[in-house]
This record gives sequence, C-alpha cells and structure tokens, in this order.
Amino acid sequence: MPDSPAIERGAHEAADEQEHPPYLRHHFNSTEQQADAASFAMWLFLLTEVMFFGGLFTAYLIYRNWYYQAFVSGSHQLNVVWGTVNTLVLICSSFTMAMGVWCAETRRKSGLVLCLTLTAILGLGFLGIKTIEYSEKIEKHHVPGLHYNISSFLYPDSDEAAKAAGDKPLPLDMARRTELYFSLYFLMTGMHALHMIIGIGILGYMIFRARAGAYTSGHVTFVENFGLYWHFIDIVWIYLFALLYLISRH
Amino acid sequence: MSEQHEHAHTIVGPKVYVAILFALLAGTALTVWASFIDLGFWNPIIALAIATTKAILVVLFFMQVKYSSRLTKLTIGAGIFMFLTLISLTLADYISRAWGSW
Repeated sequence: MPDSPAIERGAHEAADEQEHPPYLRHHFNSTEQQADAASFAMWLFLLTEVMFFGGLFTAYLIYRNWYYQAFVSGSHQLNVVWGTVNTLVLICSSFTMAMGVWCAETRRKSGLVLCLTLTAILGLGFLGIKTIEYSEKIEKHHVPGLHYNISSFLYPDSDEAAKAAGDKPLPLDMARRTELYFSLYFLMTGMHALHMIIGIGILGYMIFRARAGAYTSGHVTFVENFGLYWHFIDIVWIYLFALLYLISRH
Repeated sequence: MSEQHEHAHTIVGPKVYVAILFALLAGTALTVWASFIDLGFWNPIIALAIATTKAILVVLFFMQVKYSSRLTKLTIGAGIFMFLTLISLTLADYISRAWGSW
C-alpha cells in the first residue's frame, strides 16, 4: 500500500505509532522531549521565584547586619516549638508529594490520591499553625503599622517571651527597628504562605483529577511539575526557619 | 542519545525518599540543637550550612535533579550562580558604603 498514510508520514513515525499517546502534542518529536521541555520551563519559573524570594532574603541580610540587636529581640518573640513543628510538617508534606510523584509514575491511582490528600492535609496543618503564630503577634501588637507596640523590647521584663530569652532592654531607636524585623517576618512568611495557599488549591484540583485516573495513565508531567513547585516552597521555608527563628537562641 | 532515554525513564523509589525524609528530619533537629549553643560568629554560618545541605538534598532527590538531563542541571546551576552574583554585588555595595560599621 504505497499511499497508506502510515508510509506517507515516514517509516519512523509509523513504527512507533502504537506508542503515540494522545497527550503528545504535535510539535514534539517524542514524549521524552515533551517531558523535558515541560520540566525545563518549570525550572525557569522556579528560578524567577528564587530571584523573587532572593530579594527579600538580601533585604533581610542587610537589615540584620545593621540592626542585629533588634533582629535578635524580634526573633525571640517567635515560638521555636511551633516553628520546628511546622518545619517537620512541611518536610513530611514534601515527602508525601515525592511519593505521590512516584505513585503517578508507577501508575498507582489510589496511592496517588492518598499521597496528594496527605500533602494537602499537611499543607493545611502548616497554615493552621501559622495562623496560631500570627494571632499571637496580632494580640501583642507586633504587626508593623500604626498599632505597633515596642514595649516588649523597651521593657523585656514585662514580656514573657523576652523575659524567658533573657533579653536586655533595647535603646529606643533600636527597639523601633524591631518593626523592620517584623515587616520582613510578615512579608517573607506571608509570601511563603500565599504560595502554600495557591499550592493547596492546585492540590485540590489534582486530587479531583487523580480520582478520575488522570495522572496514572502515563502522562505525569503535571504531577511532576507541581511536585517541583511544592518542594521549592519547602526549601524556602527551610531557609526562613533558620533565618527568622534561630537567629540567636543561646 | 542513550543518556537522554535513560533519564526520562528513571523512577526514584520510595526507599530513597524515606532515606531523604529521615535525613531532613535529622537536619532539622540538628539545626535547632545547634542554635541553642553559643558558637558566636559561627552560629549563623552553621545554621545556613545545615539549611543549604537540606536544600541540596531536596533538590537532588525530591526534585530528581540528580537524575535529570544536563540541560536542567546547567539551568539550575546558572540560576543559582546568577542569584549569588546579585547578592554578592549588593552586599559589596552596602559594605563598602558603610565601611567599618559592619
């Protein structure tokens, strides 16, 4: 059959026609090439995120060097126990996400749904703990703005956390700089939390789709790329935890 | 060609993920413990070193970069190099303007 469409399209394509899955876009040669391109693009996006958070980290670094005492006293207001628990929760969620990618790659549908659900639950747990921490700051008027209160830093004996950490009273100008610490604290953890909220939203969509068997028939790009995003959030938190919570605990 | 095909089919198994999970949990415990010891100048350096080790573990294994194409590795390397360059230049500017007050 010289005019059969298979031969017209070339012997090579005809040979692997059976392996042509419907999700292979026509502008890619192979599923490998398609997956590589998608992963490459995801990494480019993550690098823009690195630059975005990198700006915040640089601001933190400079102000921390200028107003070190204010940053130390400010960080003593954070609860290391909640911070540590949240770090563990997020690391576990990264693990369940990695397992989810594995389930998708090995076509385990119920395993994938379970892993994605656990990841979403751990993510919500993280946000719940963050809410507890934020509400403490709101109660003590440690949110930068008109109602910001520096008495914890001028009179550390009046403040439980400051007293426990053995803080010495800061001079007025340095005590005011704690507002900078909390500005960076809310900006960085807030942007991190926003990324988590977006991630949990996408997780909900993925759980819905995974239950219909969307990612367990060979096309795992979406799960893999979301995994990259979720692990990136984890990495940001690893640095935030070390820099915001553990400045000076000794 | 063969390399290109290999990485596309590499599937990292649960054993690796569990090992990395425990390494990350141990790293968290270590960094909290280290922060309560007075090491002076070294405290932030150790905290950042542990955080970076954890980040590298996540990138290499959870994010499967160890098994990725060279293009991906080069992209990430270039991005991190760019980031460190920008930080260094910014800090060099600030340090040299307020000379002595750092």
